[in-house]
Amino acid sequence: MGWNIISALVENKPGVLFRVSNMFRARGFNIESLSVGPTEQSDLSRITITINGDEHTVEQLVKQLMKIIDVVNVERLPLDNSVYRELALIKLRVEDPTTRLEVMNLVNVFRGKVVDISKRSMMIEITGTPDKIDAFKSLVEHYGIIQLARTGVCALPRGVIYE
Amino acid sequence: MVELSGAKALIKALEKEGVDVIFGMPGGANLPIYDELYSSNIRHILIRHEQSAAHMADGYARVKRKAGVCLATSGPGATNLVTGIATAYMDSSPIIAITGQVPREMIGKDAFQECDIVGICTSITKYCFQPMSAKIIPEVVKKAFYIAESGRPGPVLIDVPKDVQQEVADTEFPELVKIRGYSPHIEPDVTQVAKAIDLLLSAERPMIMAGGGVHISGAFNELQALAEMLMIPVVTTFKGKGVFPENHPLSLGPIGMHGHAEANKLITEADVLLAIGSRFSDRSVGKFDEFGKDMKIIHIDIDPAEIGKNKQVDIGIVGDVKVSLRIMLKMLANRVIKKYTEGEETPWLKHVREVKEYYRSIVKDNGSREVTAMKAIKKLRELLPAESIVTTEVGQCQMWTSLHFDVIVPGTFFSSTGLGTMGFGFPASIGAKVARPDVHVVDIAGDGSFNMTENSLAVSVLEDIPVIVFLLNNYSLGMVAQWQRLFYNRRTIGVDLKGVPDFVKVAEAYGAQGIRAQSMQELEYAIKTALKSDVTTVIDIPIDPEENVFPFMPPGKGLKDTILAA
Repeated sequence: MGWNIISALVENKPGVLFRVSNMFRARGFNIESLSVGPTEQSDLSRITITINGDEHTVEQLVKQLMKIIDVVNVERLPLDNSVYRELALIKLRVEDPTTRLEVMNLVNVFRGKVVDISKRSMMIEITGTPDKIDAFKSLVEHYGIIQLARTGVCALPRGVIYE
Repeated sequence: MVELSGAKALIKALEKEGVDVIFGMPGGANLPIYDELYSSNIRHILIRHEQSAAHMADGYARVKRKAGVCLATSGPGATNLVTGIATAYMDSSPIIAITGQVPREMIGKDAFQECDIVGICTSITKYCFQPMSAKIIPEVVKKAFYIAESGRPGPVLIDVPKDVQQEVADTEFPELVKIRGYSPHIEPDVTQVAKAIDLLLSAERPMIMAGGGVHISGAFNELQALAEMLMIPVVTTFKGKGVFPENHPLSLGPIGMHGHAEANKLITEADVLLAIGSRFSDRSVGKFDEFGKDMKIIHIDIDPAEIGKNKQVDIGIVGDVKVSLRIMLKMLANRVIKKYTEGEETPWLKHVREVKEYYRSIVKDNGSREVTAMKAIKKLRELLPAESIVTTEVGQCQMWTSLHFDVIVPGTFFSSTGLGTMGFGFPASIGAKVARPDVHVVDIAGDGSFNMTENSLAVSVLEDIPVIVFLLNNYSLGMVAQWQRLFYNRRTIGVDLKGVPDFVKVAEAYGAQGIRAQSMQELEYAIKTALKSDVTTVIDIPIDPEENVFPFMPPGKGLKDTILAA
């Protein structure tokens, strides 16, 4: 069992995300996250999937993805040679000025940003590996999380050293 | 560029693909297409239920080894196709299913006879198209045929909104299409092939397991050449039944849930298995982890996702079966290998022959009447010309055929092996007859299964497509009844069809010929009469409702657990 990032280039047209996610459902793949967005080419989108699974499962997932006609290319990204990031928005219950300062200190340590403040809450934007976001979340959990949204992982392989 | 309506462009594109027949039924949302069909040379065969249209296109496709076309209206017409499309998908058969759809502006509004058929069919097709302008229709049709027929074949849906059928646009017909996410032509890796040869030559007890991919690829001669050159016995999967002549001394016939006892036993004794164009289905190999524990497995398949899907293998070769086997044969021609002369036997072949002779000698039928399923099927084989095409319904009739009907000419047998669709055989036999009017086509049927699509008798009679329905009638859903007798303490429920309808009268009601055969003499007469008839003949053969199919690998078990009798 291991954590894997799979990056798929797909045709940018209606129905493609349905085909991909429908395949996961039909074949019983239990994925952890999925993110989709535009790429350097306007007619292609990139779908990034993370999955916890054994080698056989991940290999099958890659092959089944490749089989989908709208999927142009599939890559398994090596964790030690890729950059992968996730963005989270966390709305915390913060009602007094002292706590507010405490949270801001934590946000600074994690190089996050406070993006919204009200009398009773603070919203924090934090970017990083899923581990980093988990760590931040566990540190602020006791203040009370009102709402939380995560994007899922977005990733690219690193450049070759001597290009 | 020419100005054409979407419907006209569609029909023209089909003509350019060489389509000569469409199995279909009109309705509100496909009328513009029908109006163009009116002035086309494409033959239209009016079906009585869309499920049968898909099965007919499927039967046609399996015989012609090119795509068959079916056509339905939106909503219920489209959903009636679904069983047939799923059947073709599971058996990798190329069909093009064309459906009418409500006009573009009505899509998503729950319009009358609207149905999201693209959503429904996504997991049972290779691809679904929904052209949203008339202009792209020729390209869509070209791509649909390319996808359906290339690589591992399969069904493709084209769902055309009614106003797109009516829209007039400047249209171009491309000669070639490219799809960047689809590259079906994979050259087999020669180093893998070389490794496979080394492994096969080092084997003491080699075995070939031939699947449906041999049929799809048309690699019958290559398979036989390889088996004979290396003197390797051949088992088939049920989908692969008949890809290797079943009267050949090296043939062991189908393995699996109702495979031959000797095939099920001997495959487990092999030390090296060459699996060709097979997906290691549970019906063929039983429990995945138990199968082939002690053997090395070489797997040739055109679909990369099949390598290692159900069974981890030692050597995987991705490529077309015929191309791969040709490379193998060419490499073998340059190797010094022991040539076998007729009658010469290795200890393994001697053992194989003895086991086969033993099990064949103890095969007996277990019906109480003069005519049993086994005797009837053997009589049919005796009287039927070798090049005839045989298909089956699903259930006991199918498994008796698998066991007792030896296919002599490769590629002349097919059945719904993956989805196991009752009602498949009869419409599929009609499709097969349209593809090959010069040979006899027989559907070996059961009463439950035939009952599901028997209304295709109207099509068969009115369109002059005579086939033979060889109906083993046990007045019940026999396979289910067998499971209830064996695994549910004889608590039979929901299986008694009570001999209704009278199939001789049913045949006659449709203008076909019905003959009842209750003795071997009557059966022989009936078969001979049917073979001479120029109208469809239903031979109704009452058999013992308690007759079971054996051998039997009980569900959830392995090939070693095959039982020979109750």
